[in-house]
Amino acid sequence: MSTEQPSPTDSTTTSAGERLASLRQRFEVFEGDRLGQIGLAILALFIFIGIFARPYTIELFDFTFSTPGLAPYDPGERAVGDRLESPSAAHPLGTTDMGRDVLSQLIAGTRVTLIVGSLAAFMAVFIGTNVGLISAYFGGWVDDVLMRITDIVYGVPFLPFAIVLVAILGSSIVNIIAAIVLILWRSTARVIRAQVLSHKQRPYVESAQAIGAGHVRIMYRHILPNVLPLTFLYAAFAVAWAVIAEASLSFLGFGDPNMLSWGEMIYNVYTANAIREAWWWVFPPGICIMLFVMSVFFIGRTLEKEVNPELNHQ
Amino acid sequence: MGLRAYVVRRCLQLVVTFWAFFTLLFVLFRMMPGDPTSMFIMDGMTPEQREQRIAELGLNEPLHVQYIEYVRQLLTGDFGQSFIYNDPVTSIIAVRFMNTIVLMATALIFAYIIGITFGALMGWWRDSRFERGGIVVTLVARSSPEFWVGIVLLSVFVFWLGWFPSSGMRTTGGELGGGFVARYGSLDFLRHLFLPALTGAIAYLATPTLLMRSTMLDVLNADFIEIKKAEGLPERTVLYKHAARNSILPIVTVAAIATGTAMGGSVVIETVFNWPGMGREMVSAVNNNDYPLAMAAFFLMGSVVIIMNFVADLAYVYLDPRVEYE
Repeated sequence: MSTEQPSPTDSTTTSAGERLASLRQRFEVFEGDRLGQIGLAILALFIFIGIFARPYTIELFDFTFSTPGLAPYDPGERAVGDRLESPSAAHPLGTTDMGRDVLSQLIAGTRVTLIVGSLAAFMAVFIGTNVGLISAYFGGWVDDVLMRITDIVYGVPFLPFAIVLVAILGSSIVNIIAAIVLILWRSTARVIRAQVLSHKQRPYVESAQAIGAGHVRIMYRHILPNVLPLTFLYAAFAVAWAVIAEASLSFLGFGDPNMLSWGEMIYNVYTANAIREAWWWVFPPGICIMLFVMSVFFIGRTLEKEVNPELNHQ
Repeated sequence: MGLRAYVVRRCLQLVVTFWAFFTLLFVLFRMMPGDPTSMFIMDGMTPEQREQRIAELGLNEPLHVQYIEYVRQLLTGDFGQSFIYNDPVTSIIAVRFMNTIVLMATALIFAYIIGITFGALMGWWRDSRFERGGIVVTLVARSSPEFWVGIVLLSVFVFWLGWFPSSGMRTTGGELGGGFVARYGSLDFLRHLFLPALTGAIAYLATPTLLMRSTMLDVLNADFIEIKKAEGLPERTVLYKHAARNSILPIVTVAAIATGTAMGGSVVIETVFNWPGMGREMVSAVNNNDYPLAMAAFFLMGSVVIIMNFVADLAYVYLDPRVEYE
């Protein structure tokens, strides 16, 4: 945190202007940080591709919407006679064993990654932050119960659990996200709890209590803004783990059959027994997964410097 | 709280966690889709046979009786019969589990040796080209899901260069059986082991590297390092004997936790390389509705995670006397 800003740790109230300033400050950490900038650029590109993929309707729960398309073909469209073709002008990344355009599948898959990454991370961090906040703030038996639950979740192996849950509930994107969220909140909960414990002792909480502020107000108006940078950091990590988990699940054949993801593309290469020859079909989705996760980790690293300035080491 | 009280409390917590874990398992596998009896029953059975089978499996009992029976079976290590193999699950899993342990232990040992060395050097040469490059390489490794690393290695070393066999644990027709050394020490086995183990090593490399680097930076800021340098000790001695040794402590705990996490990763790596381990067995068991086998594999993986978390907590307090027990 820079010195010209009023330190948020000691402020008891934050005006809208101050909040905007602190938001701008949050972006300033990217200045002079090459990795963070690269991360932001890659992520922005993927978000753009994801939004303008293809006139592709997404059905999530009850609503559907469609957008104009970047992808040259319908991802499911078969070009007859073009099976397993290496890249050409008509198909820049070649075709699959079913004669489908790899580039179009790749572009459509961006969306699944974005949806899974953002929704799962948001929910996991939301649950984790609340659990950590409540646990640390109230202490006593509340803390004991919540932390024992967290310990138990730490005992559950992530991927095997997700496999079993998806096998039970069925392979849909909602179930995949649910399986990921049920595990992923645990790390945020622990970290936020530790942070809140240290904030609970500080004078600003005491003075808020002295004025007569209620628990909810102290927790969410006074303490939460101070741990929010850490929440953002864990949100970035959560996006990365969620995307890796979804890709792994899809690779193992538990992906949503109605929404083609990058992991599922690689699963298809495997089941088509084409991995030895069809490099144009295997490598693009793998590289995309890697680039996407990498961009999030780069951004996370930059945020980490703000959250934990000692890491910055001159 | 004293050390003893902490250990006792942590042991109790271990028991509670185990109980919660196998109860979760019971609930999950009773939630399997459809009528719980339908999946335990083979096709082509007469209704009488069906009734008999249900009674055999104890599925007509009330749920709490089933639960007690289930706990009794778990405690005696009896996981029932596999539907697919028609063998006791325990004997199938025992072999697979050993294969997984050999693979993952090799991967983790590689990951930690390389990670600790690299991390220490990155901390030592801070702000150098080496450090900056090292961080990027580490983050790229961390960003790659295990299956993707595996596919890249397969493509390069098997399909392109042809140096290694593509899958399995030994060449078909190779001798099976014999003692541990004969099974896991043969050259053929090591050739099969290399790529999957390397995949795991790359996937788990990031954590020890980044952690070693940051603790190194902390230790290097400490006064005693300045003193050692002032004493005129050679740089090498200060690096290995004083800085690196003092930085290894947090790695020990993380290594224990990583062993647990690696159990999940084994699912993917074993699938890519067709490694006959527990992870791959679990995936195929789930796909084939072979629930006793899937459940046993899941139970074992969870047990490893829980025990390793326990080991990590204990190692932490034993190794660092400064730690306060909460």
